[in-house]
Amino acid sequence: MMASVTSMTFVIALYIFMLAAFTGYVVISRVPSILHTPLMSGSNFIHGIIVIGALNALFNATSIAEQAIGFVGVFLGAGNVMGGYVVTDRMLAMFRPSQKAEPARPEQEKPGQEKQGQP
Amino acid sequence: MFVEYCVGLSGLVASGLFIYGLKAMSSPVTAVAGIVAAGYGMLFVVAATFLNLFNITPEARPNLLVNVGLGVVALLLGSLWAGWRGRTVQMTSMPQMVAIFNGMGGGSAAALAAVELLGNHDIPLLPLSVTVIGALIGCISLSGSLIAWAKLDGRIRKPFRFSGQRAFNAALFAATVVLAVLTVMRYATPSAELPRDLFFGAALLLGVCMTLPIGGADMPVLISLYNAFTGLAVGLEGYIMNDPALMIAGMVVGSSGTLLTALMAKAMNRSLTNVLFSNFGETGGSSKGPEGEMTAADPADAATTMRYGASVIIVPGYGLAVAQAQQKLYEFVKILVAAGVDVKFAIHPVAGRMPGHMNVLLAEAGVPYDMIYDMEDINDSFATTDAALIIGANDVVNPEALTDKASPIYGMPILNAYKAHQVFVIKRGSGTGYSGVENPLFFQKNCTMVFGDAQAVLSKMVEAVKALGST
Repeated sequence: MMASVTSMTFVIALYIFMLAAFTGYVVISRVPSILHTPLMSGSNFIHGIIVIGALNALFNATSIAEQAIGFVGVFLGAGNVMGGYVVTDRMLAMFRPSQKAEPARPEQEKPGQEKQGQP
Repeated sequence: MFVEYCVGLSGLVASGLFIYGLKAMSSPVTAVAGIVAAGYGMLFVVAATFLNLFNITPEARPNLLVNVGLGVVALLLGSLWAGWRGRTVQMTSMPQMVAIFNGMGGGSAAALAAVELLGNHDIPLLPLSVTVIGALIGCISLSGSLIAWAKLDGRIRKPFRFSGQRAFNAALFAATVVLAVLTVMRYATPSAELPRDLFFGAALLLGVCMTLPIGGADMPVLISLYNAFTGLAVGLEGYIMNDPALMIAGMVVGSSGTLLTALMAKAMNRSLTNVLFSNFGETGGSSKGPEGEMTAADPADAATTMRYGASVIIVPGYGLAVAQAQQKLYEFVKILVAAGVDVKFAIHPVAGRMPGHMNVLLAEAGVPYDMIYDMEDINDSFATTDAALIIGANDVVNPEALTDKASPIYGMPILNAYKAHQVFVIKRGSGTGYSGVENPLFFQKNCTMVFGDAQAVLSKMVEAVKALGST
């Protein structure tokens, strides 16, 4: 295990869990149902953070078995992150209001300055 | 010490961005900014993780280069594959794609737990138990999501059921728990291997057996549940990794996912235990069967009636998306709107194959979201509406859900399309819906069927209203 500045007791872990659980509950509780699918996909993306845990485990692997399983873990985690992001972004980009509320597009996107793909 | 602070702070920044991102994603106006913020958080924290290379255990130092190489290759392979799949997948197939990506996350959490359990570290009882619980949840999420994917993708068509299945699953669960306890007790002893390997096998099998009997209609709730499971597993593994970022992100998803699951289950009027342990559609063999006859009409006649009506509510269902007719539908709607008809879309919470899925499909066709109404907001309007146009939807407008206690879908809230003065239904044939239940609405006097492929029918409707001119 990494003994580090972030070492914590079990009780502190419970505090973190409790606060995070309330946060998740409150943040979601007033979501219109039109956003349920992108939101599920977005939270799916967020739990992809497991990839950094898998990376740390792989970095500290000492046997072939650990390396193999660690590799699989990082592969799966990376897929979770990338897939979750791309899919959510695609869906959200399609939601737009009626034309009257549409902001003037051409001014925002200058020619030759193409939007870079996010992570 | 410096490295640890940097890595720790990167996790803090990422957790903050995740929570901000989720919050922003709960309104259509700020949603895109939300996912982008969360994306930057993820990029940042993954990059910072490489700083941990300065901080690895002495035993792992000889493997440093190999491990880093493996890590980079796995990152690239995973993100390239998923990025390619995510970019190319059809919007109609989105639910199964989300299921796969979710399963991958669960698998990653399980793999992380497996690496920890493989080693011979000095882990106290409590963190060890947390790791094993996380592994159990992660495994269920992995194999369960894969089965859910296969079902949604049409690779497994029928729920797989046998007598005594519930008892079998209960026994399997008990066995998995026993193996989990053995895994904890035998950890770092010479006899650790057997129970540990059996435990992982049993946990994966449990996910498969839990999911197999569940019917296709309940799949969205299940995916949402597995999404929450993965979050929980990630949070628990975060504890063993001593990483608050994992704990926070995992637990936020765990709780929000649970809430989302409850909301969806409520929308379908099914409790979670109902979804998991009762077999949908089994209560069937329902009642008498509807009376009367279906009336069929020509697309042009139906279109003309709507064109000269004052108000039309459209109820789109999955059949619309299967026929790829959203674009055509919106073309038709634009003509009606230009002719002064008040057109609204009514979306049932479980329209499509996932809550909100239909909104995504309509958005893809360019329908602005302020034309789209939720069930609670529009249900009272049907009674004062001239025409309801139902396309490829069936169970969500079945009035039997309100009246017939013997019906398997009894109690599910429906769109009150049957109250409209005139109801038009575009449908391929006279068959039943996803749940296999007959719909008495189609036999009502004010209901007219327009049989045919949605794409073809809507094309004819567009032609018909165009021919009428715009006044």
